[in-house]
Amino acid sequence: MILEKILQVIVVLAFSPFLFGVINRTKAFFAGRKGSPLLQLYYDLFKLLRKGAVYSKTTTWIFVAGPIVSLAAVIAASLMIPFAGYPALISFEGDLVLLIYLLGLARFFTVIAALDTGSSFEGMGASREVQFAVFSEPALFLSLAALARLTGHVSLSGIFSSTAMNSWIAYGPLVLLLAGALFIVFLAENCRIPVDDPNTHLELTMIHEVMVLDHGGPDFAYILFGAAIKFWILGALLTGIFFGTYSRGWAIDGVVFITGMIFLAIIVGVAESILARLRLLKIPHFLMSAFALSVVALLLTLGQL
Amino acid sequence: MVCRSAKLSNSVGAIGAVSACVLGLVGLLSAAHHPESAVISIPWLLWHGSLSVAVDSLGALFLFAVFVLSALAAVYGLEYLRHYYGKKNIGSAWFFFNALVAGMVAVLVARNAILFLVAWEAMSVSSFFLVLFEGEKKNVAKAGLIYLIATHIGTLFLLVMFALLSAGSGSFDFTAWKAAAPGFMPSLIFLCALIGFGTKAGFMPLHIWLPEAHPAAPSHVSAIMSGVMIKTGIYGLLRVITFLGVPCAWWGYLLIGIGIVSGILGVLFALAQHDFKRLLAYHSIENIGIIAMGIGLGVLGMSNNNSLLMVFGLSAGLLHVVNHAFFKGLLFLGAGAVLHTTGTREIDALGGLFKKMPVTGFCFLIGAAAICGLPPLNGFISEFLIYFASFKSMNAATAVVIVSLGVVASLALIGGLAVACFTKVFGIIFLGEPRSAHCQKAHEPGLFMRFAMEFLACACVFIGLASPFLISIFSGIVVDITGAAPADIEPVISAAIHPLLYVSVVALSLYAVSLLIALLRRFLLGGRPVERSVTWDCGYARPHARMQYSASSFAQPIVDFFKGILRTQKHAPKISEYFPDSSSFKTETADLFSETLFRPALGFIHRIAEKLTWIQHGQLQVYILYILFTLIALFIWKLR
Repeated sequence: MILEKILQVIVVLAFSPFLFGVINRTKAFFAGRKGSPLLQLYYDLFKLLRKGAVYSKTTTWIFVAGPIVSLAAVIAASLMIPFAGYPALISFEGDLVLLIYLLGLARFFTVIAALDTGSSFEGMGASREVQFAVFSEPALFLSLAALARLTGHVSLSGIFSSTAMNSWIAYGPLVLLLAGALFIVFLAENCRIPVDDPNTHLELTMIHEVMVLDHGGPDFAYILFGAAIKFWILGALLTGIFFGTYSRGWAIDGVVFITGMIFLAIIVGVAESILARLRLLKIPHFLMSAFALSVVALLLTLGQL
Repeated sequence: MVCRSAKLSNSVGAIGAVSACVLGLVGLLSAAHHPESAVISIPWLLWHGSLSVAVDSLGALFLFAVFVLSALAAVYGLEYLRHYYGKKNIGSAWFFFNALVAGMVAVLVARNAILFLVAWEAMSVSSFFLVLFEGEKKNVAKAGLIYLIATHIGTLFLLVMFALLSAGSGSFDFTAWKAAAPGFMPSLIFLCALIGFGTKAGFMPLHIWLPEAHPAAPSHVSAIMSGVMIKTGIYGLLRVITFLGVPCAWWGYLLIGIGIVSGILGVLFALAQHDFKRLLAYHSIENIGIIAMGIGLGVLGMSNNNSLLMVFGLSAGLLHVVNHAFFKGLLFLGAGAVLHTTGTREIDALGGLFKKMPVTGFCFLIGAAAICGLPPLNGFISEFLIYFASFKSMNAATAVVIVSLGVVASLALIGGLAVACFTKVFGIIFLGEPRSAHCQKAHEPGLFMRFAMEFLACACVFIGLASPFLISIFSGIVVDITGAAPADIEPVISAAIHPLLYVSVVALSLYAVSLLIALLRRFLLGGRPVERSVTWDCGYARPHARMQYSASSFAQPIVDFFKGILRTQKHAPKISEYFPDSSSFKTETADLFSETLFRPALGFIHRIAEKLTWIQHGQLQVYILYILFTLIALFIWKLR
C-alpha cells in the first residue's frame, strides 16, 4: 500500500512534463504544423540543468531562493494529491487548505524573485499575478467546500475516493457547475489562454513568463518543472471528479486516470487554439464567474442534502 | 525617572522593563504549576469589593504575549532611542513605556471592575503619551488627539457595562457576579462590551484611531500597541462573555460579520497605503478581524452547543492573538529599523535595502510570509484551525453552513490580498534598486535591535512547526471561557492534533526538499560559468532606478478594482502641451469610515453643540451655581 503511494508521487513527478507536450501537439495540429516532440519539455529540462547561469547585479539571494522554494512547495503539495481515487501519500482532514496555501507560498516566492530584479516588466507581471490570485483563491476554496459538503469528507483523498462515476451522475448539474469553476481556476492558475498566453513574445503582455525572464540555467529548469507539477495538481482536482475509482485495481485505474489527464491536456490545447486572450481588465470578471459558479453549486448542495 | 542623563535613563528604563517581564514570565510558569496560589485578594478602602488579582489560563495566555513582546521591545528600544539623545526626554519615554506594560498586566490580572478600569486608563493614557513622543509634528498631535477621544468613548461604554454587570450583586468583584437571567440584559451588556472593547481592539468601524496612532508612535511602541495592547480589547470581550452565561447565537453572527468586514476592508485599505507603518496598522485591523471570526465561530458554537465549532473557533482566535503579537511585533520592529536608518516611511522612496540590511530583510521576510498565513509559519496554523472548524461544520444546520462558507471565502480573499500587500511591501522596500537618496544611509541596526527581531522570527518558525504539541494548551483556556467540563473539551481538541501533526510533517518535508533542491543547484553549477550582468531591459540604453515598478503601480490593478470602496483620490495636473516638461502624480486613500461616517456624525454633533454655547460663557460663579443646583437636585432625588 505504502509502495503504491510512493509510486503515485513518482508517477506525478515523472509524468507531468509530458502533458505540456500533449498541449503543444494539439495546438500544432490545429495550426496545421507538425509540432515539437511530445517529450520536448524533458529535453528542455535536461538542457537547462546542464547550463551555467547569469545573474543580474541587482539581485540578491532571494532571486535564487524563489525557484527553489516554489518548486519545493509544489512538490510538497503534490504529496497530498490523490491519484485515480486512491488516497495520497499524505492525507489528513483539512489537507486541501494546506494544498492551496502551499501554492500560495510558491506564488509569494515567484513574485518576490521577480521584484528582486528591479525590472519594471517583471514588476508588472508580478502585480498581475497577485491580482488574479485574489479572485481565483476564493473560487477554488468554495469549489472544494462544495465537494466537501457533497461527499461529507474534509480531506482531498476522502473527497476524491467517494466521488465515483455513479455519484456524479446523481448530482449531474452540480458537478458540471463545479467542473466549470475548477476549469476556470485551472486555466488562470496555470497561465493558459484566455488568461495568459505562454507563447507570447511581448514582455508587456506577459504575466507568468515575464516574471521569470531573468532566470536561466538550473533555476529556470526548476521553474518549468514546478509549473508542470502545478498543472498536474490542479488538473487532478478536475479530472478526479470525473475519473474516480472503479476498484479494478490500482494499475488499471491509474491508466484510466492518466488517460483522463491527457484528455484534459487535449482540451486545454483545443481551448488555446480556438480562443483569444481576454483583455487584462476583463480577467477579474472571468475569475469572478468561477466564483459565481461555485456559489451556485454550493446553493444546490444546500438544497440537496 | 528623576535622572536627567539620557543615557542613564535609557538603560535604567530598558533594564527595568526587561527584568520585570522576565520575572513576570517566571511567575507565569509557577502559576501554571500551582493555580491555587495565583489569586490575591485583599480588602480595599474603596466600597463594594476588594482589591483582587488573579491569573487564570485565559489571562496567562495574554500575559505571556505581553511579557515576551514587551521585553523584546524594551531591548530594541534601548538602541532605538539612542537616536533621540539630546532631542527628546528619554526618561519620560521609558516611564510611559513601563506604565503601559504595567497597565496591560494589571488589566489582565484584575478581578475587580474598579481596578480594571484604573488599569485600563493607565494603559490608555500612557500609550497616548507615547504616541505623542514626537508631538511637535502636527500630524502626530492630531493622531494623539483622535486616539485620546476614541479610547475614552470606548471607556464610556465600559463604565456603562460594568455598572450593568454589578447592578445584580451590588459588588464590583468579578467573582461576585453571577450569570444574568437570559433576556434583554446580557445582550445589552454584550453590546456595550463590543463597542467599548471593540474600540480598543480596532473592530471596523471603530478603528479610525488605529491607522493614525500606531504609525505616529516610536516603532517599538507601535509593536507593543499593535502586537499586544489592542488584544486587551479581545481579552476584555472574552472575559465579559464568561459572566454572561450561554451566549445568544446572534452575538456569534455579529462577531463573525464584524470579523469579515474588518478583515477584508483592513487588508484592502492596507494595500492602498504608501506609508509602511500606516499599512502595518491597517493590517492589525485585518488580523483583529481574523481573530473576531475565530471567536465569533466559538461563540456560535457555545450557543448552539456545537463543541467542535466552540473549541476550534476559540482556540484559533486565541492562537492568532499570540501569532499576531509575534509577527506584527516583528514587522513593526523591522519597519522601525528601516525608518531609523533611512528617515522615511514612504515605500516608494525605498528599494534595494536587502543588500545593506540582510538580517533585517530576512526577519521582515519571515514576518511578511507569516502574516500572509503561509505555511510553514505560525500564521498558517491559526488560519488553518479556522478553516478546519468551518470545513468540519459543512454538515451542520444551514445557517451555520452559510456562515462557515462566508468565513472560508473571506479568509481566502484576505489571504490573496495579504500576499499582494506583503509582496509589495517586501519587494519594493528591500528588493530592486534604491529609488531615492534616502537609501544611501541605510545600514544594519546594532546587536540589540537585531536580537529582538531574530527572536521573534524564530518564534514564528517555531510555532509553525510545534503546533501539535502546543494546541493542548488551549483546552484549559476554552474551559475557562465556556465553563465546560475539561473531559468534554479534551477529546475535541485532540482531534486537531492528528491534522496538525501532518501539517508539521509537510512543513518539515518542505524544508528538506528545499534544501535538497538547493544542494542540487549548487552541485550542478559547480565548475560552470556563473556571471553577473544587468537585468534584462529590452535593450534599453539607459535604465534608471526610477523606472522600476513602484508600490502604487504594483497595487494599482487591485486598488482600481475596489475603487467603489477605497475611493482613492488621484491628483495629477492636466497635461495640455505636446512636450510637457514636468508633471506629478499623487494618490491618497482616506479612511472610508472616518470620511463617510464619523466626519458627518461629528459635524452634526458639533452643530448641535454650537446651539448650546449660551450655557457656557466663561463666568465661573455661574458654573459653580450649576454645580450647586445639580447637587441639590441629586440630594432631593436621593432623599425622596
